[in-house]
Amino acid sequence: MCNQAVSLVSAELERRSIATVVIQLLKYVAVRVRPPRALVVPFPHGYPLDSPGDPSRQHRVIEAMLRMLEDPSLTPPALVEYDS
Amino acid sequence: MATLSELPLRWQLFVRTYRWRKIDPVPWTPLAKPLSECRAALVTSAGFSLADQPPFDESIRGGDFSFRAIPSDTDVTRLANSQRSEAFDHRGMLEDPNLAFPLDRLRELVARGRLGSLATANLSFMGSITAPGRLVQQTAPEAAAILVQDQVDIALLVPV
Repeated sequence: MCNQAVSLVSAELERRSIATVVIQLLKYVAVRVRPPRALVVPFPHGYPLDSPGDPSRQHRVIEAMLRMLEDPSLTPPALVEYDS
Repeated sequence: MATLSELPLRWQLFVRTYRWRKIDPVPWTPLAKPLSECRAALVTSAGFSLADQPPFDESIRGGDFSFRAIPSDTDVTRLANSQRSEAFDHRGMLEDPNLAFPLDRLRELVARGRLGSLATANLSFMGSITAPGRLVQQTAPEAAAILVQDQVDIALLVPV
């Protein structure tokens, strides 16, 4: 349900001219709900940024999100699978 | 791996039979300026709140659709958490809240110049919302209005 909740919030933000990226833990849900920009990560539920206490791994995920924002070739709904 | 088969069987059945809310049409805001000039906000569904804020209410039928505003200078180790979902392992985010609410990481990105600034407040929802009508109609627009008023350019949203 978390995947859907953040996706619905992201849609509202995009409608208000805020560019967004959501992490998605289940591709099954992401393709059905269709958030504007989704980074599908291969981590277990409860671990959206990879590892607790590991800033460098967390930064890698965030950087992948930021690159989606910078990528002018993406079109909605944009779904990118994180390459860990 | 985050696959359906990773979930307990009853959650697998739920995911397959639940009527997911499809976003249609899909809104789209392109990035309007370099990230180094952007004001960024975090949105989590991990159910974090400040100690002086009311906790999320598990007893609300269909899920607690409210949110809490978390200032960007908050010490994440002092956040309370009232997320009680049995669908995932809570231990990681309780050990390190940055796992689901990476406020320290975003502050580091501002310090490096990768991002311009952080929003005055970030937003915390509790994601176990099976009936999202009030989220869509009421609290998501309220949350968006806060970020718009704060002149936020980008938002990173993190579920658990």
